[in-house]
Amino acid sequence: MIRLEGIIFVVICSFFCFVISGPAQAANTMSVQIKEGQVRSTPSFLGTIVAKLAYGDSVEIIQDQGAWKKVALRGGVQGWIHTSALSEKSIILKAGAKNVQTSATGSEIALAGKGFSEQVEKQYKSLNRNINYAWIDRMEKFQVSPEQMQAFLKQGGVAPAKGGAQ
Amino acid sequence: MKTRLLPLSLIALLSLVSCQTMESATSIATTIGQSTGVVSSSQADSIQKTARAVSRSAEEFTPEQEYYIGRSVGAVVLTKYPAHEDDKVNQYLNIIGQTLAQASDMPGIFGGYHFLVLNSNEINAFATPSGLVFVTRGLLRCCRNEDALAAVLAHEIGHIELRHGMQAIKKARITEALTTIAAEGAKTFGSKEVAALTETFGGTITDITNTMIEKGYSRSAEYEADLKAVKLLRRVGYDPNGLVEMLTAMKKNLKAGGLDFAKTHPSPENRIEEIQKDGIQYATVKIPTARQQRFQQMLGKI
Repeated sequence: MIRLEGIIFVVICSFFCFVISGPAQAANTMSVQIKEGQVRSTPSFLGTIVAKLAYGDSVEIIQDQGAWKKVALRGGVQGWIHTSALSEKSIILKAGAKNVQTSATGSEIALAGKGFSEQVEKQYKSLNRNINYAWIDRMEKFQVSPEQMQAFLKQGGVAPAKGGAQ
Repeated sequence: MKTRLLPLSLIALLSLVSCQTMESATSIATTIGQSTGVVSSSQADSIQKTARAVSRSAEEFTPEQEYYIGRSVGAVVLTKYPAHEDDKVNQYLNIIGQTLAQASDMPGIFGGYHFLVLNSNEINAFATPSGLVFVTRGLLRCCRNEDALAAVLAHEIGHIELRHGMQAIKKARITEALTTIAAEGAKTFGSKEVAALTETFGGTITDITNTMIEKGYSRSAEYEADLKAVKLLRRVGYDPNGLVEMLTAMKKNLKAGGLDFAKTHPSPENRIEEIQKDGIQYATVKIPTARQQRFQQMLGKI
């Protein structure tokens, strides 16, 4: 009897822990924690982009190499993404009342748009009329494609020493 | 049998005790919040519910939140220095800067890296958390070739990678921010929660801009950013001596008592000394003609 009570106690305890920490992600799954994640053909900044991922997308990790992870995407595409673009947490983009509560207690979940957000920026702006975001918005439009980078490096004869490119 | 049960109950008990300690700390904070009218009682309840998560999770902001901090820090920089509205020059800076950033140890940043020239004769540069980099015309005039310019940009990327901006946020402010952020909801513009968050946000921006623009980072932070730059330049294929040549030119251009790098950075001599300790032997930077031509075309008359 006592043994049974013990088992029940352990089960209850572990259930309690699970509720507190929220559903854990499988160890080999990670989420994209930036606006646009770039998946490349090789583990290098010179690798061509084979797929683009959105904020919150989850990827399956199949291999590690230095700061790069080889990922498998839906549809069979595989490629390399830099670790700095990934989080071990699940990222929830649109929070319903239910998952807000789960995330409130879960260190393995991050809620997009929570905390310092577009809304807070808007209010900060309304209180500080002298601060101008027009140029910040323009700056964000300065985009350089990997092809432009490659052509630029080539044209200027900029090439890493052997084994230097990672 | 009872002896088997005992250790288990002890573990369960211990984990509950540690949770409660965290909760009582938050309950003090939320009571203060309630009495000052920053949060309503129902919001206070939700803060208490969520407090456990905050004290347990990493004491860092998410990349998304860092992005919003960076945007506002950049907007404050632009109230002090106007943009240099030359698309070609800005594009040239972005192609070099974004290439370096992609090769850095932190290419994955929420909104990406973006670069802008400031229309000022001061010798100055700023890097916000989450990738916005500003460089004055005065500093660009210290660059005689593309490798020197790449060194300036790589140094700023170094500050971002090393999170020097984020480290300027006061500790008390971080605690305050994380407690407020833990509150549920925070959705309605103009709500008390957003008001409280905005206040903390404003404080965060001030902490960073005060250090970045007025006080400067520590000397060691500057040396660390220089060493990051040297590593990055090598990785991409620029000559790290570009940094030495830029600093030598800067030494000539800096005016004593200036409110720019003269005030916020270690002297160019000391920076060169530190770089050379890292094993950089100075030799004149050799630039292929095509590279020097495009540099002259873009920045020859900056």
